[in-house]
Amino acid sequence: MVMRFFLALLAVLAFSGAARAQLSIEITGAGGQRLPIAIAPFPGEASLPAPIAAIVRADLERSGLFRGVEVPPMVPQPTEASNVDFAEWRSRLADALVLGSVVQRPDGRFEARFRLYDVVKQAPLGGIAYTLTREQARATAHRIADYIYEKLTGEKGVFSTRIAYVVKRGNRYELQIADADGAGEETALASFEPIISPAWAPDGRRLAYVSFENKKPVVYVHSLLDGKRHVAANFKGSNSAPAWSPDGSKLAVALSRDGGSQLFLLNPDGSGVRRLAQSAGIDTEPVFSPDGQYLYFTSDRGGSPQIYRMPAGGGEAQRVTFEGSYNVSPRISRDGRKLAYIARNNGKFQATLLDLTTRQAQILTDSDRDESPSIAPNGRMILLATVVGGRGILSAVSSDGRVKQRLTMSAGDVREPAWGPFLQ
Amino acid sequence: MRAIWTALTFVTLAACSSAPTQEQPPAGVEDRQPSATQPGAQTQPVQRPPVAGVDLTTKKAPARSVLTDPASILSKRSIYYDFDKYDIKDEYKSLVEAHARYLRDNRTAKMLIQGNTDERGSREYNIALGQRRSEGVKRMLMLLGATEAQVEAVSLGEEKPKAAGSNEAAWAQNRRSDMLYGGEY
Repeated sequence: MVMRFFLALLAVLAFSGAARAQLSIEITGAGGQRLPIAIAPFPGEASLPAPIAAIVRADLERSGLFRGVEVPPMVPQPTEASNVDFAEWRSRLADALVLGSVVQRPDGRFEARFRLYDVVKQAPLGGIAYTLTREQARATAHRIADYIYEKLTGEKGVFSTRIAYVVKRGNRYELQIADADGAGEETALASFEPIISPAWAPDGRRLAYVSFENKKPVVYVHSLLDGKRHVAANFKGSNSAPAWSPDGSKLAVALSRDGGSQLFLLNPDGSGVRRLAQSAGIDTEPVFSPDGQYLYFTSDRGGSPQIYRMPAGGGEAQRVTFEGSYNVSPRISRDGRKLAYIARNNGKFQATLLDLTTRQAQILTDSDRDESPSIAPNGRMILLATVVGGRGILSAVSSDGRVKQRLTMSAGDVREPAWGPFLQ
Repeated sequence: MRAIWTALTFVTLAACSSAPTQEQPPAGVEDRQPSATQPGAQTQPVQRPPVAGVDLTTKKAPARSVLTDPASILSKRSIYYDFDKYDIKDEYKSLVEAHARYLRDNRTAKMLIQGNTDERGSREYNIALGQRRSEGVKRMLMLLGATEAQVEAVSLGEEKPKAAGSNEAAWAQNRRSDMLYGGEY
């Protein structure tokens, strides 16, 4: 068995005051072909604050690619060390099987082990042992789900990643960070003025965002580990739409300091400001291509807001979207092949995915107030904000449009989602 | 299929937001202090209680009342726009002219113009559209005598709606530029 030790670095933020909220996920659409997988409860997991097997199953099911097979109580409970009765698991119609266990070590920490099996081929596919503290139970379950997902689909899982979003409750705005399943949220910033456009640094440890605490839009960079934040852009006029370069060394922003809304490049500490383009119209919402060579952005230079692309150092812009009179908020997948954006169709604002190779565009939702799309780091899901029944909620949809989820807050509006990068 | 995850407890950062207050410097006669004394020299301070004078003869009336008196046009601060429009409609031109005159006559006065949009569309693109509105007001103020140093044009996009609701009546209230003087924001 492969032995690997996992030390989760948990961001500890300084907090005062207390509030409580629930973010719940409802799966509203699933993929057609779902692989049946049995995940037996891990003996010993009851001593952890979170049920490992149940979280792994929930993660895999939420992807839309797996279906959890019910596992009846078994005596003795099987573990990764048990001999596997493949015929029995086959009779339960499981194609894949996960067995594991949790034991407490003399130093008070825990060890979680598991093994993944191909039931059809009656062969082990691998396994890992993790050392963890009680607080790392949930993070460990997400790691196990990522391992299984990658083994069975060939692509990296995103269950260990985090998401950022803004909750508005009354006149209070909170920038929150949660696991990709919406659990374990922490508030990075609370304010009585709006917060928009959170953007993850490629290291996953900092966020850039726009805060209105000075009665105007100002760009901040915020370190999640220690809660320290600094102004990155506060020039005369409006400062907004921050985007990180893939190497984390630059921020592209929209500034009105020279009039209008124009694109600039600066260092994350606020130094080295350089204008990228001169446009007669609005230029905003910049986003780097994954190779750092290009900037995609929204501009109305042609009369209506459309998405354009230009060299990241400045230069001639090419128009990318042509259909319709309102195409905004570009986001590019990590492989650089797909562009998510919001298109207005007959008055409805809808998340759309454009394949940059084939030029095929697909409308991903049937809602009408979509905004702020964010692509998962493995390109499989797109998280976006929308409005249902007058309430702001988050919605996740697979890149083929089939798998759909809703993330709602029991009280308040949720908006401005940003999917964080893979853990480093 | 349906699955619900219950979230963990979380605690929040306490934030405080305070509006800066600005007071007019009190008017008064100048109280001359003796200049620096020689080291070792014996000086007797002149005891004289201060007098706070009020001067009604200069043209500058107390600024606050002119700007807030409901009878004064300067107490009106909002300019409204049609859908997808950014130019100042004729009905608001006398209002902008009055504020330009005030800024011209009060060179220390500063103004923040906040442009706003309705809720439809991209938040960031709406920041840019609100900026187009506030800069239109700034341009007219400067043509009429205000200076660059006096006026800042910013945008709140769709983030600070005056009217709640997703209908044309609310949207019309929210397509707006607001003119705020120093101390008011």
